[in-house]
Amino acid sequence: MRRAWRPAPGAAPVKGALPVLLPFRAPRSGGVTRHEKLFNGWTAGGMILLMAGILISPVIAQNQIGPEALLSIPVVLAKWTPVLLGGFGFNVLISILAMGIGTVLGVGLGILQVSPLGAIRRTAWIITQFFRNSPWLVLLFYCILLIPFQLNILGLEIPFPAWIKAVIGLSLPVMAYMSEYMRGAIQSIPTGHWESAAALGLSRGQTLREVILPQTVKRIAPSWMNLYAILTMATPLVSIVGVSDVMTLTRSALAAEGRVDLLIPMYLYILGWFFIYCYPISRLTLRLERKFALKL
Amino acid sequence: MEALEGFFAWLYSEHGINLTIGYDAYDRDRFLHGVWTTALLSVLSICCSLLIGAVGALAQSSPLGVLRVFMGAFIAFFRNTPPLVQLYFFFFAIGTVLRVTGENGLPQPLISNFGWAVISLSLFAGALNVEIFRSGIEAVPKSTIEAARALGFNRLQTYLYIVLPLAIRVALPALGTNLVNLVKTTTLAYAIAVPEILYVSAQIWSDELNVREMMNILLLSYIALVAIMVWALHRWERALRIPGYGG
Repeated sequence: MRRAWRPAPGAAPVKGALPVLLPFRAPRSGGVTRHEKLFNGWTAGGMILLMAGILISPVIAQNQIGPEALLSIPVVLAKWTPVLLGGFGFNVLISILAMGIGTVLGVGLGILQVSPLGAIRRTAWIITQFFRNSPWLVLLFYCILLIPFQLNILGLEIPFPAWIKAVIGLSLPVMAYMSEYMRGAIQSIPTGHWESAAALGLSRGQTLREVILPQTVKRIAPSWMNLYAILTMATPLVSIVGVSDVMTLTRSALAAEGRVDLLIPMYLYILGWFFIYCYPISRLTLRLERKFALKL
Repeated sequence: MEALEGFFAWLYSEHGINLTIGYDAYDRDRFLHGVWTTALLSVLSICCSLLIGAVGALAQSSPLGVLRVFMGAFIAFFRNTPPLVQLYFFFFAIGTVLRVTGENGLPQPLISNFGWAVISLSLFAGALNVEIFRSGIEAVPKSTIEAARALGFNRLQTYLYIVLPLAIRVALPALGTNLVNLVKTTTLAYAIAVPEILYVSAQIWSDELNVREMMNILLLSYIALVAIMVWALHRWERALRIPGYGG
Protein backbone atom coordinates (compact mmCIF):
# COMPACT_ATOMS: atom_id res chain seq x y z
CA MET A 1 0.00 0.00 0.00
CA ARG A 2 1.29 3.37 -0.93
CA ARG A 3 1.90 5.56 2.09
CA ALA A 4 0.32 8.97 1.51
CA TRP A 5 0.86 11.95 3.75
CA ARG A 6 0.32 10.88 7.36
CA PRO A 7 -1.47 13.09 9.83
CA ALA A 8 0.49 14.08 12.89
CA PRO A 9 0.32 11.49 15.69
CA GLY A 10 -2.62 12.22 17.87
CA ALA A 11 -4.57 14.14 15.25
CA ALA A 12 -7.78 12.58 13.97
CA PRO A 13 -7.39 11.26 10.41
CA VAL A 14 -9.54 13.39 8.16
CA LYS A 15 -10.12 12.71 4.48
CA GLY A 16 -8.36 15.23 2.33
CA ALA A 17 -6.32 16.73 5.21
CA LEU A 18 -3.29 17.92 3.32
CA PRO A 19 -0.46 19.98 4.80
CA VAL A 20 -1.26 22.78 2.40
CA LEU A 21 -4.68 23.12 4.00
CA LEU A 22 -3.26 23.46 7.49
CA PRO A 23 -3.74 26.92 8.98
CA PHE A 24 -0.92 29.38 8.71
CA ARG A 25 1.34 28.93 11.71
CA ALA A 26 0.38 31.68 14.11
CA PRO A 27 3.29 33.77 15.34
CA ARG A 28 4.57 32.70 18.73
CA SER A 29 2.66 34.57 21.39
CA GLY A 30 3.66 34.96 25.00
CA GLY A 31 7.28 34.32 24.10
CA VAL A 32 10.20 36.70 24.27
CA THR A 33 9.57 39.61 21.95
CA ARG A 34 12.26 41.47 20.09
CA HIS A 35 11.76 44.42 22.35
CA GLU A 36 12.53 42.34 25.41
CA LYS A 37 15.56 40.71 23.84
CA LEU A 38 16.99 44.13 23.20
CA PHE A 39 15.89 45.75 26.40
CA ASN A 40 16.34 43.84 29.62
CA GLY A 41 17.56 44.54 33.10
CA TRP A 42 21.18 44.65 32.01
CA THR A 43 20.77 47.24 29.30
CA ALA A 44 18.62 49.35 31.62
CA GLY A 45 21.19 49.17 34.41
CA GLY A 46 23.95 49.99 31.95
CA MET A 47 22.06 52.99 30.57
CA ILE A 48 21.41 54.36 34.02
CA LEU A 49 25.04 53.92 35.08
CA LEU A 50 26.08 55.62 31.86
CA MET A 51 23.69 58.50 32.44
CA ALA A 52 24.94 58.90 36.01
CA GLY A 53 28.50 58.78 34.74
CA ILE A 54 27.85 61.48 32.15
CA LEU A 55 26.23 63.68 34.76
CA ILE A 56 28.98 63.20 37.31
CA SER A 57 32.04 63.21 35.03
CA PRO A 58 32.27 67.00 34.38
CA VAL A 59 32.03 67.52 38.11
CA ILE A 60 34.89 65.12 38.76
CA ALA A 61 36.99 66.76 36.06
CA GLN A 62 36.33 70.14 37.62
CA ASN A 63 37.39 68.87 41.01
CA GLN A 64 40.70 67.53 39.80
CA ILE A 65 41.61 70.81 38.18
CA GLY A 66 40.25 72.93 41.03
CA PRO A 67 42.82 74.68 43.21
CA GLU A 68 41.37 73.80 46.62
CA ALA A 69 41.87 70.19 47.65
CA LEU A 70 38.27 69.01 47.62
CA LEU A 71 37.48 65.34 47.91
CA SER A 72 36.24 63.86 44.68
CA ILE A 73 32.53 63.00 44.44
CA PRO A 74 32.86 59.18 44.67
CA VAL A 75 34.99 59.54 47.82
CA VAL A 76 32.37 61.76 49.45
CA LEU A 77 29.60 59.35 48.47
CA ALA A 78 31.58 56.43 49.88
CA LYS A 79 32.14 58.39 53.10
CA TRP A 80 28.42 58.86 53.65
CA THR A 81 27.41 55.37 52.49
CA PRO A 82 27.33 53.67 55.93
CA VAL A 83 25.08 56.40 57.39
CA LEU A 84 22.77 56.42 54.38
CA LEU A 85 22.67 52.64 54.30
CA GLY A 86 21.38 52.68 57.88
CA GLY A 87 18.65 55.10 56.83
CA PHE A 88 17.76 52.98 53.84
CA GLY A 89 17.53 49.94 56.10
CA PHE A 90 15.06 51.86 58.22
CA ASN A 91 12.97 52.59 55.11
CA VAL A 92 12.97 48.90 54.26
CA LEU A 93 11.94 48.07 57.83
CA ILE A 94 9.05 50.54 57.64
CA SER A 95 7.95 49.09 54.31
CA ILE A 96 8.02 45.51 55.64
CA LEU A 97 6.08 46.40 58.80
CA ALA A 98 3.49 48.46 56.92
CA MET A 99 3.12 45.69 54.34
CA GLY A 100 2.58 43.10 57.08
CA ILE A 101 -0.06 45.13 58.89
CA GLY A 102 -1.71 46.26 55.66
CA THR A 103 -1.86 42.74 54.24
CA VAL A 104 -3.46 41.20 57.33
CA LEU A 105 -6.05 44.00 57.62
CA GLY A 106 -6.63 44.09 53.86
CA VAL A 107 -7.30 40.36 53.57
CA GLY A 108 -9.83 40.65 56.39
CA LEU A 109 -11.50 43.67 54.81
CA GLY A 110 -11.51 41.99 51.40
CA ILE A 111 -13.32 38.95 52.82
CA LEU A 112 -15.84 41.28 54.48
CA GLN A 113 -16.42 42.85 51.06
CA VAL A 114 -17.91 39.59 49.80
CA SER A 115 -19.88 38.93 52.98
CA PRO A 116 -23.44 37.69 52.46
CA LEU A 117 -24.67 40.45 54.78
CA GLY A 118 -25.39 43.60 52.79
CA ALA A 119 -24.62 46.01 55.62
CA ILE A 120 -21.16 44.55 56.29
CA ARG A 121 -20.43 44.41 52.56
CA ARG A 122 -21.33 48.06 52.07
CA THR A 123 -19.39 49.24 55.13
CA ALA A 124 -16.29 47.35 54.02
CA TRP A 125 -16.69 48.80 50.52
CA ILE A 126 -16.93 52.36 51.88
CA ILE A 127 -13.85 51.90 54.09
CA THR A 128 -11.90 50.46 51.16
CA GLN A 129 -12.86 53.24 48.76
CA PHE A 130 -12.16 55.92 51.36
CA PHE A 131 -8.59 54.80 52.02
CA ARG A 132 -7.92 53.88 48.40
CA ASN A 133 -8.87 57.31 47.12
CA SER A 134 -7.11 59.47 49.70
CA PRO A 135 -3.54 60.53 49.01
CA TRP A 136 -0.89 58.63 50.94
CA LEU A 137 0.66 61.81 52.28
CA VAL A 138 -2.65 63.08 53.67
CA LEU A 139 -3.24 59.74 55.44
CA LEU A 140 0.28 59.97 56.87
CA PHE A 141 -0.41 63.46 58.21
CA TYR A 142 -3.69 62.21 59.60
CA CYS A 143 -2.02 59.43 61.57
CA ILE A 144 0.98 61.48 62.69
CA LEU A 145 -1.10 64.39 63.99
CA LEU A 146 -4.20 62.68 65.32
CA ILE A 147 -2.90 59.49 66.96
CA PRO A 148 -1.87 60.29 70.56
CA PHE A 149 1.83 59.90 71.31
CA GLN A 150 1.07 57.50 74.12
CA LEU A 151 -1.85 55.40 75.25
CA ASN A 152 -2.86 54.68 78.83
CA ILE A 153 -4.45 51.27 79.10
CA LEU A 154 -5.10 50.15 82.70
CA GLY A 155 -2.31 52.31 84.02
CA LEU A 156 0.04 50.88 81.43
CA GLU A 157 1.70 53.52 79.30
CA ILE A 158 2.21 52.44 75.75
CA PRO A 159 4.32 54.99 73.89
CA PHE A 160 3.61 55.64 70.22
CA PRO A 161 6.74 57.06 68.62
CA ALA A 162 6.31 58.94 65.36
CA TRP A 163 7.75 56.16 63.23
CA ILE A 164 5.16 53.65 64.46
CA LYS A 165 2.44 56.15 63.61
CA ALA A 166 4.02 56.50 60.18
CA VAL A 167 3.94 52.72 59.75
CA ILE A 168 0.23 52.75 60.61
CA GLY A 169 -0.33 55.65 58.22
CA LEU A 170 1.36 53.79 55.37
CA SER A 171 -0.44 50.54 56.13
CA LEU A 172 -3.89 52.13 55.66
CA PRO A 173 -3.70 52.57 51.87
CA VAL A 174 -1.99 49.17 51.62
CA MET A 175 -4.95 47.71 53.46
CA ALA A 176 -7.39 49.33 51.02
CA TYR A 177 -5.52 48.16 47.90
CA MET A 178 -5.16 44.66 49.36
CA SER A 179 -8.87 44.61 50.11
CA GLU A 180 -9.68 45.43 46.47
CA TYR A 181 -7.29 42.76 45.16
CA MET A 182 -8.81 40.25 47.56
CA ARG A 183 -12.35 41.04 46.45
CA GLY A 184 -11.32 40.77 42.80
CA ALA A 185 -9.54 37.45 43.38
CA ILE A 186 -12.44 35.93 45.32
CA GLN A 187 -14.94 37.05 42.70
CA SER A 188 -12.76 35.68 39.89
CA ILE A 189 -13.14 32.15 41.24
CA PRO A 190 -15.98 30.38 39.40
CA THR A 191 -19.22 30.07 41.38
CA GLY A 192 -19.05 26.35 40.70
CA HIS A 193 -16.39 26.06 43.40
CA TRP A 194 -18.71 27.55 46.00
CA GLU A 195 -21.55 25.32 44.87
CA SER A 196 -19.43 22.15 44.89
CA ALA A 197 -18.12 22.99 48.36
CA ALA A 198 -21.69 23.53 49.58
CA ALA A 199 -22.70 20.24 47.98
CA LEU A 200 -19.89 18.51 49.88
CA GLY A 201 -21.35 19.87 53.09
CA LEU A 202 -18.70 22.51 53.86
CA SER A 203 -19.81 25.54 55.82
CA ARG A 204 -19.12 29.06 54.53
CA GLY A 205 -16.07 29.42 56.76
CA GLN A 206 -14.70 26.06 55.66
CA THR A 207 -15.31 26.87 52.01
CA LEU A 208 -13.43 30.13 52.36
CA ARG A 209 -10.54 28.63 54.30
CA GLU A 210 -10.06 25.41 52.43
CA VAL A 211 -11.32 26.06 48.91
CA ILE A 212 -11.43 29.73 48.01
CA LEU A 213 -8.58 31.44 49.86
CA PRO A 214 -5.83 28.99 48.81
CA GLN A 215 -6.79 29.67 45.20
CA THR A 216 -6.64 33.42 45.62
CA VAL A 217 -2.98 33.35 46.72
CA LYS A 218 -1.77 32.68 43.21
CA ARG A 219 -3.96 35.36 41.71
CA ILE A 220 -2.94 37.98 44.24
CA ALA A 221 0.82 37.28 44.36
CA PRO A 222 1.82 39.52 41.40
CA SER A 223 -0.35 42.46 42.53
CA TRP A 224 0.86 42.01 46.08
CA MET A 225 4.48 42.27 45.04
CA ASN A 226 3.73 45.27 42.88
CA LEU A 227 2.03 46.88 45.86
CA TYR A 228 5.10 46.22 47.96
CA ALA A 229 7.27 48.01 45.41
CA ILE A 230 4.84 50.97 45.41
CA LEU A 231 4.90 51.03 49.21
CA THR A 232 8.70 50.99 49.31
CA MET A 233 8.71 53.93 46.92
CA ALA A 234 6.26 55.73 49.24
CA THR A 235 8.42 55.31 52.36
CA PRO A 236 10.47 58.51 51.77
CA LEU A 237 7.19 60.35 52.46
CA VAL A 238 7.78 59.77 56.18
CA SER A 239 10.63 62.29 56.00
CA ILE A 240 8.02 64.99 55.24
CA VAL A 241 6.13 64.28 58.45
CA GLY A 242 9.30 64.39 60.53
CA VAL A 243 10.44 60.78 60.80
CA SER A 244 14.16 60.52 60.17
CA ASP A 245 14.75 58.25 57.18
CA VAL A 246 17.16 57.99 54.27
CA MET A 247 15.86 61.25 52.75
CA THR A 248 16.38 63.19 55.98
CA LEU A 249 19.89 61.78 56.28
CA THR A 250 20.67 62.60 52.66
CA ARG A 251 19.63 66.19 53.12
CA SER A 252 21.60 66.48 56.36
CA ALA A 253 24.64 65.03 54.60
CA LEU A 254 24.24 67.54 51.79
CA ALA A 255 23.89 70.37 54.29
CA ALA A 256 26.99 69.17 56.14
CA GLU A 257 29.04 69.06 52.96
CA GLY A 258 27.57 72.32 51.69
CA ARG A 259 28.67 71.76 48.10
CA VAL A 260 26.49 72.55 45.11
CA ASP A 261 28.34 70.10 42.86
CA LEU A 262 27.39 67.25 45.22
CA LEU A 263 23.62 67.75 44.85
CA ILE A 264 23.02 65.89 41.58
CA PRO A 265 25.31 62.88 42.28
CA MET A 266 23.96 62.46 45.81
CA TYR A 267 20.30 62.43 44.77
CA LEU A 268 21.11 60.13 41.85
CA TYR A 269 22.93 57.85 44.26
CA ILE A 270 19.84 57.53 46.48
CA LEU A 271 17.59 57.10 43.44
CA GLY A 272 19.96 54.34 42.32
CA TRP A 273 19.53 52.50 45.60
CA PHE A 274 15.77 52.56 45.38
CA PHE A 275 16.07 51.45 41.76
CA ILE A 276 18.30 48.51 42.68
CA TYR A 277 15.84 47.48 45.41
CA CYS A 278 12.62 47.93 43.43
CA TYR A 279 13.62 46.91 39.91
CA PRO A 280 14.12 43.17 40.66
CA ILE A 281 10.72 43.15 42.38
CA SER A 282 8.98 44.60 39.34
CA ARG A 283 10.79 42.16 37.00
CA LEU A 284 9.76 39.26 39.23
CA THR A 285 6.18 40.57 39.28
CA LEU A 286 6.14 40.58 35.49
CA ARG A 287 7.49 37.03 35.37
CA LEU A 288 4.97 35.79 37.94
CA GLU A 289 2.13 37.48 36.07
CA ARG A 290 3.11 35.66 32.89
CA LYS A 291 3.59 32.34 34.62
CA PHE A 292 0.26 32.42 36.40
CA ALA A 293 -1.61 33.87 33.45
CA LEU A 294 -0.96 30.66 31.49
CA LYS A 295 -2.09 28.33 34.24
CA LEU A 296 -5.24 30.06 35.38
CA MET B 1 -23.03 84.47 52.68
CA GLU B 2 -23.51 86.19 56.01
CA ALA B 3 -25.90 83.49 57.16
CA LEU B 4 -23.36 80.85 56.20
CA GLU B 5 -20.63 82.66 58.10
CA GLY B 6 -22.99 82.93 61.03
CA PHE B 7 -23.61 79.21 60.87
CA PHE B 8 -19.87 78.40 61.00
CA ALA B 9 -19.34 80.88 63.84
CA TRP B 10 -22.22 79.23 65.69
CA LEU B 11 -20.70 75.79 65.00
CA TYR B 12 -17.51 76.95 66.70
CA SER B 13 -19.09 78.68 69.68
CA GLU B 14 -21.68 75.98 70.37
CA HIS B 15 -19.95 72.76 69.35
CA GLY B 16 -16.27 73.70 69.28
CA ILE B 17 -15.92 72.74 65.61
CA ASN B 18 -13.55 75.43 64.44
CA LEU B 19 -13.94 75.64 60.68
CA THR B 20 -12.12 78.90 60.09
CA ILE B 21 -12.46 78.54 56.32
CA GLY B 22 -16.22 78.95 56.87
CA TYR B 23 -16.20 82.34 58.60
CA ASP B 24 -12.76 83.81 58.13
CA ALA B 25 -12.34 85.47 54.72
CA TYR B 26 -8.53 85.30 54.84
CA ASP B 27 -8.45 81.57 55.53
CA ARG B 28 -11.17 80.92 52.99
CA ASP B 29 -9.24 82.74 50.28
CA ARG B 30 -6.10 80.83 51.16
CA PHE B 31 -7.95 77.55 51.02
CA LEU B 32 -9.72 78.29 47.75
CA HIS B 33 -6.41 79.37 46.26
CA GLY B 34 -4.98 76.02 47.38
CA VAL B 35 -7.84 74.16 45.69
CA TRP B 36 -7.21 76.15 42.52
CA THR B 37 -3.46 75.38 42.63
CA THR B 38 -4.12 71.67 43.07
CA ALA B 39 -6.58 71.71 40.18
CA LEU B 40 -4.12 73.58 37.95
CA LEU B 41 -1.27 71.28 38.97
CA SER B 42 -3.41 68.23 38.25
CA VAL B 43 -4.67 69.43 34.86
CA LEU B 44 -1.23 70.53 33.65
CA SER B 45 0.43 67.30 34.82
CA ILE B 46 -2.31 65.18 33.26
CA CYS B 47 -1.94 66.93 29.89
CA CYS B 48 1.86 66.71 29.90
CA SER B 49 1.86 63.08 31.07
CA LEU B 50 -0.61 62.11 28.33
CA LEU B 51 1.64 63.79 25.78
CA ILE B 52 4.70 61.97 27.15
CA GLY B 53 2.74 58.72 27.08
CA ALA B 54 1.65 59.12 23.46
CA VAL B 55 5.06 60.25 22.18
CA GLY B 56 6.83 57.61 24.28
CA ALA B 57 4.65 54.81 22.95
CA LEU B 58 5.41 55.94 19.41
CA ALA B 59 9.13 56.00 20.23
CA GLN B 60 8.89 52.52 21.72
CA SER B 61 7.51 51.09 18.51
CA SER B 62 10.08 52.94 16.40
CA PRO B 63 12.41 50.98 14.14
CA LEU B 64 15.39 52.69 15.81
CA GLY B 65 16.86 50.36 18.42
CA VAL B 66 18.61 53.16 20.32
CA LEU B 67 15.35 55.03 20.82
CA ARG B 68 13.61 51.90 22.10
CA VAL B 69 16.36 51.13 24.60
CA PHE B 70 16.34 54.74 25.75
CA MET B 71 12.58 54.66 26.28
CA GLY B 72 12.93 51.36 28.15
CA ALA B 73 15.54 52.85 30.48
CA PHE B 74 13.41 55.98 30.99
CA ILE B 75 10.37 53.90 31.96
CA ALA B 76 12.36 51.54 34.19
CA PHE B 77 13.98 54.45 35.98
CA PHE B 78 10.83 56.48 36.64
CA ARG B 79 8.73 53.47 37.56
CA ASN B 80 11.16 52.05 40.08
CA THR B 81 12.30 55.08 42.02
CA PRO B 82 10.29 57.02 44.63
CA PRO B 83 8.40 59.98 43.15
CA LEU B 84 9.33 62.12 46.16
CA VAL B 85 13.05 61.55 45.61
CA GLN B 86 12.54 62.33 41.91
CA LEU B 87 10.89 65.59 42.89
CA TYR B 88 13.74 66.45 45.28
CA PHE B 89 16.23 65.53 42.59
CA PHE B 90 14.60 67.91 40.12
CA PHE B 91 13.95 70.75 42.52
CA PHE B 92 16.96 70.70 44.82
CA ALA B 93 19.62 69.20 42.55
CA ILE B 94 18.82 70.30 39.01
CA GLY B 95 16.90 73.40 40.12
CA THR B 96 19.92 74.65 42.08
CA VAL B 97 22.20 74.26 39.11
CA LEU B 98 19.74 75.80 36.63
CA ARG B 99 19.87 79.44 37.69
CA VAL B 100 19.92 82.66 35.77
CA THR B 101 20.94 86.09 36.93
CA GLY B 102 17.83 88.07 37.74
CA GLU B 103 17.15 91.78 37.37
CA ASN B 104 18.62 92.60 40.77
CA GLY B 105 21.83 90.75 39.96
CA LEU B 106 21.12 87.83 42.27
CA PRO B 107 20.82 84.30 40.89
CA GLN B 108 17.20 83.40 40.27
CA PRO B 109 15.84 79.91 39.72
CA LEU B 110 15.01 79.37 36.07
CA ILE B 111 11.94 77.26 36.82
CA SER B 112 9.66 77.90 39.82
CA ASN B 113 8.75 75.22 42.34
CA PHE B 114 5.34 74.91 40.67
CA GLY B 115 7.09 74.33 37.34
CA TRP B 116 9.31 71.62 38.80
CA ALA B 117 6.32 69.94 40.40
CA VAL B 118 4.57 69.81 37.00
CA ILE B 119 7.71 68.49 35.28
CA SER B 120 8.44 65.87 37.90
CA LEU B 121 4.85 64.63 38.20
CA SER B 122 4.44 64.55 34.40
CA LEU B 123 7.57 62.47 33.94
CA PHE B 124 6.57 60.07 36.70
CA ALA B 125 3.02 59.57 35.43
CA GLY B 126 4.17 59.79 31.80
CA ALA B 127 6.49 56.79 32.23
CA LEU B 128 3.52 54.73 33.40
CA ASN B 129 1.35 56.14 30.60
CA VAL B 130 3.86 54.92 27.99
CA GLU B 131 3.40 51.36 29.21
CA ILE B 132 -0.38 51.76 29.29
CA PHE B 133 -0.52 53.21 25.78
CA ARG B 134 1.75 50.44 24.54
CA SER B 135 -0.57 47.77 25.87
CA GLY B 136 -3.42 49.58 24.09
CA ILE B 137 -1.44 49.75 20.84
CA GLU B 138 -0.68 46.05 21.03
CA ALA B 139 -4.41 45.38 21.15
CA VAL B 140 -4.95 47.13 17.79
CA PRO B 141 -5.19 44.39 15.12
CA LYS B 142 -2.27 44.16 12.71
CA SER B 143 -4.69 44.03 9.80
CA THR B 144 -6.01 47.48 10.70
CA ILE B 145 -2.51 48.94 10.52
CA GLU B 146 -1.83 47.09 7.26
CA ALA B 147 -5.07 48.42 5.82
CA ALA B 148 -4.04 51.95 6.78
CA ARG B 149 -0.63 51.47 5.16
CA ALA B 150 -2.32 50.09 2.05
CA LEU B 151 -4.43 53.25 1.89
CA GLY B 152 -1.24 55.27 1.77
CA PHE B 153 -0.95 56.53 5.37
CA ASN B 154 2.64 56.89 6.46
CA ARG B 155 3.91 55.67 9.86
CA LEU B 156 3.11 58.87 11.73
CA GLN B 157 -0.29 59.27 10.12
CA THR B 158 -1.17 55.65 10.85
CA TYR B 159 -0.20 56.20 14.46
CA LEU B 160 -2.06 59.50 14.85
CA TYR B 161 -5.26 58.75 12.96
CA ILE B 162 -5.67 54.97 13.23
CA VAL B 163 -3.69 53.39 16.05
CA LEU B 164 -3.84 56.02 18.79
CA PRO B 165 -7.62 56.62 18.73
CA LEU B 166 -8.21 52.88 19.01
CA ALA B 167 -5.45 52.35 21.58
CA ILE B 168 -6.82 55.09 23.85
CA ARG B 169 -10.15 53.32 24.00
CA VAL B 170 -8.55 50.02 25.02
CA ALA B 171 -6.20 51.67 27.50
CA LEU B 172 -8.76 53.98 29.08
CA PRO B 173 -9.53 51.97 32.26
CA ALA B 174 -5.83 51.59 33.13
CA LEU B 175 -5.20 55.18 32.08
CA GLY B 176 -7.96 56.36 34.40
CA THR B 177 -6.44 54.57 37.38
CA ASN B 178 -3.08 56.14 36.64
CA LEU B 179 -4.49 59.64 36.24
CA VAL B 180 -6.42 59.36 39.51
CA ASN B 181 -3.15 58.28 41.10
CA LEU B 182 -1.49 61.32 39.59
CA VAL B 183 -4.07 63.63 41.20
CA LYS B 184 -3.33 61.95 44.52
CA THR B 185 0.42 62.30 43.95
CA THR B 186 0.11 66.09 43.54
CA THR B 187 0.25 66.21 47.37
CA LEU B 188 4.01 65.62 47.01
CA ALA B 189 4.31 69.22 45.83
CA TYR B 190 3.87 70.05 49.53
CA ALA B 191 7.50 69.00 50.01
CA ILE B 192 8.75 71.81 47.78
CA ALA B 193 6.33 74.39 49.19
CA VAL B 194 3.90 74.63 46.28
CA PRO B 195 0.78 76.19 47.86
CA GLU B 196 -1.66 73.38 47.02
CA ILE B 197 -4.48 72.17 49.28
CA LEU B 198 -2.30 70.18 51.64
CA TYR B 199 0.18 73.02 52.03
CA VAL B 200 -2.43 75.71 52.73
CA SER B 201 -4.28 73.39 55.08
CA ALA B 202 -1.07 72.83 57.02
CA GLN B 203 -0.62 76.60 57.18
CA ILE B 204 -4.17 77.09 58.40
CA TRP B 205 -3.94 74.40 61.07
CA SER B 206 -0.63 75.78 62.31
CA ASP B 207 -2.18 79.26 62.59
CA GLU B 208 -5.58 78.34 63.98
CA LEU B 209 -4.73 75.07 65.77
CA ASN B 210 -7.73 73.30 64.25
CA VAL B 211 -5.86 70.20 63.06
CA ARG B 212 -8.78 67.80 63.37
CA GLU B 213 -11.25 69.93 61.41
CA MET B 214 -8.81 70.88 58.64
CA MET B 215 -7.65 67.25 58.32
CA ASN B 216 -11.17 66.07 57.71
CA ILE B 217 -11.89 68.91 55.29
CA LEU B 218 -8.66 68.02 53.49
CA LEU B 219 -9.55 64.35 53.16
CA LEU B 220 -13.05 65.21 51.97
CA SER B 221 -11.64 67.68 49.42
CA TYR B 222 -9.38 65.02 47.95
CA ILE B 223 -12.15 62.47 47.86
CA ALA B 224 -14.35 65.02 46.09
CA LEU B 225 -11.56 65.78 43.59
CA VAL B 226 -11.01 62.09 42.90
CA ALA B 227 -14.76 61.55 42.59
CA ILE B 228 -15.03 64.35 40.00
CA MET B 229 -12.10 62.84 38.16
CA VAL B 230 -13.58 59.34 38.16
CA TRP B 231 -16.93 60.70 36.98
CA ALA B 232 -15.31 62.68 34.15
CA LEU B 233 -13.28 59.66 33.04
CA HIS B 234 -16.39 57.53 33.09
CA ARG B 235 -18.21 60.03 30.90
CA TRP B 236 -15.26 60.17 28.54
CA GLU B 237 -15.09 56.38 28.36
CA ARG B 238 -18.77 56.20 27.45
CA ALA B 239 -18.50 59.01 24.91
CA LEU B 240 -15.57 57.32 23.16
CA ARG B 241 -17.06 53.84 23.11
CA ILE B 242 -17.30 52.21 19.70
CA PRO B 243 -19.93 49.45 19.73
CA GLY B 244 -18.23 46.10 19.39
CA TYR B 245 -14.71 47.39 19.86
CA GLY B 246 -12.57 47.24 22.97
CA GLY B 247 -15.30 45.84 25.22
